[in-house]
Amino acid sequence: MDIENATPGRSPLDLLDARTRLLGAVIFSIVTAFLTTPCALAMALALALLFAALARPAFRILLRHLFAFNLFLVFLWLFVPWSMPGERAFGIWGLSVSREGIHYMAMVTLRANALVLALLALMAATPVTAMTRAMSGLKVPDKLTYLFFLTYRYIDEISGEYVRLVNAMRIRCFRPDTSIHTYRSYAYLVGMLLVNSFERAQLIRSAMLCRGFTGRFPRIEGDKISRLDVLVLFVLSVLLAGIVYADI
Amino acid sequence: MQTYEKIIELTDVNFAYSHGTTVLEGICLTVNRGDRAGIIGANGSGKTTLFHLIMGLLKPISGSIHIFGQDVREEKDFYTVRRRIGLLFQNPGDQLFCPTVLEDVAFGPLNLGRSAAEAKSIAQKTLTALGIADFGHRISHKLSHGEKKLVALAGILAMDPEVLILDEPTAGLDQATKSRLIEIIDHLGLTLVIASHDMDFLSKMAGVFYNLKGGRIGGSKTTITPARSGCMTCPGPL
Repeated sequence: MDIENATPGRSPLDLLDARTRLLGAVIFSIVTAFLTTPCALAMALALALLFAALARPAFRILLRHLFAFNLFLVFLWLFVPWSMPGERAFGIWGLSVSREGIHYMAMVTLRANALVLALLALMAATPVTAMTRAMSGLKVPDKLTYLFFLTYRYIDEISGEYVRLVNAMRIRCFRPDTSIHTYRSYAYLVGMLLVNSFERAQLIRSAMLCRGFTGRFPRIEGDKISRLDVLVLFVLSVLLAGIVYADI
Repeated sequence: MQTYEKIIELTDVNFAYSHGTTVLEGICLTVNRGDRAGIIGANGSGKTTLFHLIMGLLKPISGSIHIFGQDVREEKDFYTVRRRIGLLFQNPGDQLFCPTVLEDVAFGPLNLGRSAAEAKSIAQKTLTALGIADFGHRISHKLSHGEKKLVALAGILAMDPEVLILDEPTAGLDQATKSRLIEIIDHLGLTLVIASHDMDFLSKMAGVFYNLKGGRIGGSKTTITPARSGCMTCPGPL
């Protein structure tokens, strides 16, 4: 996953235990989700920018993710301000744009970007194995943890399978166009992707069972919560409390 | 059709994956018409990457690739390449994706603009030529490894290529299937590029040998050097 490679060098966030990052991301998300004023949301966004700066991601990858996400918001901007009833702010082509609509969309944009930035900074750059350990460390139910881990693992597997099959099509001169041959070939591609992925998953399950898997992944390293972790969580809580105070 | 003496010519080709692992550095390789080139290299030495570069599945970060005398860079440049050069993947399971064998073998000819009936007839002829005429209606993913290999080869041969690139063709095959493969490929009379570490197989099939050495990890350079006389490489930068 490219996002894992988004932080090639060492970032100050690496000094933190994955549990701290996960907990930080959860608290931040909950607080941000319930903020009601643009001012408090702007503060949350500023805090998220701080996380992102600390994570030192590869800038291009970060921008690409933010761009893709904001493209989605652009579509919302195209529709919501017109369709939301309320006080008329201005009109274009006879359609009136409501103040409430603009206000609402501004809130959505701030909130969404703050959340995406914080999650990219705090969680996406954490190796998935560390995240899995953090989840079980925080007593997240095992089933949920493994579901998360295996989902991540197999999205990667399926994407690899997809690339191999597409390559197989390309070397045999496949060029998509509007024809039954193209549609049929794509249908075969999807079908074979499912069949191959399913078979691979069964093989991997057998391999896990043969090595004594009973539903728990053992932990190898014992992670320790350092003073820095406690300090960071404390500072984060104070900052978030400040934002909540500003919101009221 | 004009015949070019040099079929594949790589000059100072470098390749690294986006996550930074350098695989090939300063690669120079020339394959002439009629050559049977054997490429020897350890696991992870970049043999598959090299083939994917030739087929345009990967793009080099620098250096030039000429195929049939044409400088190939863009995706569209490679359409002709893929028409005339067939690549047999190391794992035949990755190559078959149509439900039945006949459909899979007909896939290439269909892409080359043949009608459904023509493609079907070409596919059946190819299967017959490989001695697996009765495979047509079998489910492709339920075949054994050796059977898949033959079907994948049929899929390539149905496109009537001039050059065959074989990536570890004998990997995982039993002696009987291997001998059959040797016999088939030997009789095709095509220009061959074969990567293998099966020296027994390679010595039977290839006339010119190249070593692909060097690390996947940046630092040391990857060079192809002739392991026997008949050097057809340009002196790569060392």
